[in-house]
Amino acid sequence: MKSLISILLLMFACHGLMANEAVPLAEDPVVEQRLIGISEEMRCLVCQNESLAGSRSDLANDLRAQIRTMIKAGKSDAEIRQYMVDRYGDFVLYRPPVKPTTWLLWLGPFTILLIGILGLFAYLRKRNTSIDSKTLSDDENRRLDALLNNVEAEFKKDPRP
Amino acid sequence: MKPRLLIPLILFLLLVIFLAVGLSRDPHEVPSPLIGKPAPTFEIGQLADPHKIFSPESMKGQVWMLNVWASWCVACREEHPLLMEFSKTKTLPIIGLDYKDQRADAITMLSREGNPYTLSAFDGDGHVGIDYGVYGVPETYIIDKAGVIRYKNIGPITPEILREKITPLIAELNQS
Amino acid sequence: MIPELGHYALILAFCIALVQGVLPLFGAQQGRREWLVLARPAAQTVFCLLVFAFGSLAWSFYVNDFSVLYVAEHSNTLLPTVYRFGAVWGGHEGSLLLWLLLLSTWTFLVAQLSKSLDEFMVARVIGVLGLVSSGLLLFVLATSNPFERLLPAAQEGRSLNPLLQDPGLVFHPPMLYMGYVGFSVAFAFAIASLLSNRLDAAWARWSRPWTTAAWIFLTLGIALGSWWAYYELGWGGWWFWDPVENASFIPWLVGTALLHSLAVTEKRGVFKSWTVLLAITAFSLSLLGTFLVRSGVLTSVHAFATDPKRGIFILIFLSLVVGSSLTLYAIRAPKRAMGAQFSLTARETMILLGNVFLVTSAASVLLGTLYPLLIDALNLGKISVGPPYFNAVFVPIMIPLLVLMGIGPWTSWKNTNLLSVLKRLWIAALLAVLAAVLIPVVMGEFTWLASLGFLLAFWIIGSGIQQVFRQFKTGKPTRSFIGMQFAHLGIAIFVIGITMVGAYQEERDVKMSSGDTVSVGGYQIQMQGISAAAGPNYQATRGTFEVSRKGKLETILYPEKRNYVASTMPMTEAAINAGLTRDIYVSLGEALPDQSWAVRVYYKPFVDWIWGGCLLMAIGGMIAMSDKRYRTKLRAKYEA
Repeated sequence: MKSLISILLLMFACHGLMANEAVPLAEDPVVEQRLIGISEEMRCLVCQNESLAGSRSDLANDLRAQIRTMIKAGKSDAEIRQYMVDRYGDFVLYRPPVKPTTWLLWLGPFTILLIGILGLFAYLRKRNTSIDSKTLSDDENRRLDALLNNVEAEFKKDPRP
Repeated sequence: MKPRLLIPLILFLLLVIFLAVGLSRDPHEVPSPLIGKPAPTFEIGQLADPHKIFSPESMKGQVWMLNVWASWCVACREEHPLLMEFSKTKTLPIIGLDYKDQRADAITMLSREGNPYTLSAFDGDGHVGIDYGVYGVPETYIIDKAGVIRYKNIGPITPEILREKITPLIAELNQS
Repeated sequence: MIPELGHYALILAFCIALVQGVLPLFGAQQGRREWLVLARPAAQTVFCLLVFAFGSLAWSFYVNDFSVLYVAEHSNTLLPTVYRFGAVWGGHEGSLLLWLLLLSTWTFLVAQLSKSLDEFMVARVIGVLGLVSSGLLLFVLATSNPFERLLPAAQEGRSLNPLLQDPGLVFHPPMLYMGYVGFSVAFAFAIASLLSNRLDAAWARWSRPWTTAAWIFLTLGIALGSWWAYYELGWGGWWFWDPVENASFIPWLVGTALLHSLAVTEKRGVFKSWTVLLAITAFSLSLLGTFLVRSGVLTSVHAFATDPKRGIFILIFLSLVVGSSLTLYAIRAPKRAMGAQFSLTARETMILLGNVFLVTSAASVLLGTLYPLLIDALNLGKISVGPPYFNAVFVPIMIPLLVLMGIGPWTSWKNTNLLSVLKRLWIAALLAVLAAVLIPVVMGEFTWLASLGFLLAFWIIGSGIQQVFRQFKTGKPTRSFIGMQFAHLGIAIFVIGITMVGAYQEERDVKMSSGDTVSVGGYQIQMQGISAAAGPNYQATRGTFEVSRKGKLETILYPEKRNYVASTMPMTEAAINAGLTRDIYVSLGEALPDQSWAVRVYYKPFVDWIWGGCLLMAIGGMIAMSDKRYRTKLRAKYEA
């Protein structure tokens, strides 16, 4: 029995030895998650148009390291964003802050949608009433029929456009 | 003609005006939010002697120029002769901030190309640069007697900028 | 010699395009037949000249003629032949020549396939296209000549950006431009009908297949670009709301609205004014996109070499073309609502409502893209508008549209009993709710956003299935109907793809040495080793990774880090094992000091459904285009 148990133990130990689980690059995955969340919404300033999270440039590496330090020091997301804005301006944020200069930006789309939908229904209502007033009288209908019959007869004689 | 039908045209013309103005702007230039604010404080060793500490506090009372440079930076080479000339006029002290550089390389470059700086502070890991919102070298700051940043130039200083923007500003700040 | 001939061909093409533009239009105006009939031959000649010009540039690349500046800037003797061809459109001048070639191709096709169209109409359409072509030719000749010489000739070229040395990138611009440029045909038809003051259903019938074709190409072009970014850039993203991406997406949204609006105008003779405006807008947005990409006003990863002089020229061109079109529209658009009546719940209304959503989303994306420019121009500072904004704004606008997609096809023309339609759709609603609840549970994590995605996708699928069943009861379905089902299904598949990837993808950033294993998404990926490899114009470090699931080996992946001859930046070539239900994606990062490597692995469930959905949309379009109605010769009779 003892030898059976020791064989089993040995087998488990060997299995552990053979499959080495790769170590996460980041020291602390929780911190890293927050870093990614924050830096994804920031611009890499030296790149043409990449996020701070994705860029491999020197400055981006430095700034990510700085943010990591701040996260570990217990700073909130808002504080970290403020830190970056203080040094680089609003330009560094991919999510434009809501201030008077960006009211048009944030409210624009829904305003356009509202105008569009209201405009649509106003148009439809007006259309139906104006077309109503254009229906032909019986007399006019008869005249129209006569005209159409004439046209059809002409067409049968010569169908070229 | 229904006036409503002119709306697309009017909107388009407005757009064209903005685009035309936009053509004269540079979308890559990031204006500094530090203008008008006190220069961020720091204490770091100098390039020549790491034991001698430099801090912007020591410059209070005079108008001075902080020039961020590096030996690996090609555009800095462009700017260097101009800085050399300017330093000879002794208009104001020029302090260098050697950014993310190798000390040996930096000292070699200065001895070879000339040293326009009163002294250079050595920001090896770039943390001072971050505090100053540096994102591309070279960058130059003009700081007044009270230690407030008054102007930032991104990229190499050209003779035009020196003549039209920097020199008048320095004169103005010196008078107050 | 050949580049000079190509240059000469361009000059000649400009002159003839000017003739093509001016004379037929005046001829139609004044009833001069001699000028009208110049349209077709002029278009055919311009086409031949541009084929020659493009061919001579391609030839210069093929033979490595580095005395041509453009070739020296974008090619290299080590560049594989197929990429030498792609390099023709790898830079500003060449890609503009491609634009011109494709515009002349569309014009040529219109000239050939319009035999049964009224002469005056043909003259006007080709005339408008001629004016656009001549403007662009002038631009190329004046500021962006691809045949400029470099003397003395360079010994070796600078080579094509390694990112562009890829099959996806070879096909992406031509597809995209076929789409962009294709909207010029609908535009030309719209202008022609305004000029002739004949805004009737016939114009809509003529425009439809051309617009559908352009839309198909644009869909495929955008999808190719997205797919390329995914597998080439090395970190698994597929859409960044980058200004240049938006520049192609905005016309796509308006083009989709145009497609649906044209259908209504053709069948019911209503919305003529609105449809004309959409046709003008779609092409205007294509031109605007061209401006944005090449003028340097916006920051983008796609930036071409930018030059303010070129920007000014394109802006003037844009202003003239769009400004005069919108002025013409304001003067000549139908003043009173014409055509039959329809109720608030009719199909006409539904399509128009859909248009509102599409156009609003296009306007929103445009607003976000241009806003930084707007703020800067007003001296109010510099801001960035990035993915967080676009996602926050675009998705909510699309949600009601997706719901509408399930309802719209059930409504009838003129009038619908909306309540009975909704009651019938209980099956689709049930399917949607089941999917919304069950799929997140099966995938292991419930989020409201994922649930919403499945709800909407399966609502559309359910409604589609019900439609198909109903159709088979009433008779053989038309190709138009089948096309619509495919296209709408494509959207649903697309939504499933982005929902799955967005909610359930897994990523691991790890340090690996030989023998290490990382687990992701139920798969085990084991690093076997690193070796050196070489290609025609690069040296690489190649990793070998075994991918297993439940102990069984599924595949071996070989991600690389390449150093191209003419470039200093190392390129990451990710290795992807694509599957119907998931991609396994391995990307090499940096070598670490202790001989190990930083490796990034992704498990991306259903990611290929994103582009699969786009492909279905394109197929739907192709099926719809092949509908008998567009090919019958009896059409003329109906038009009388």
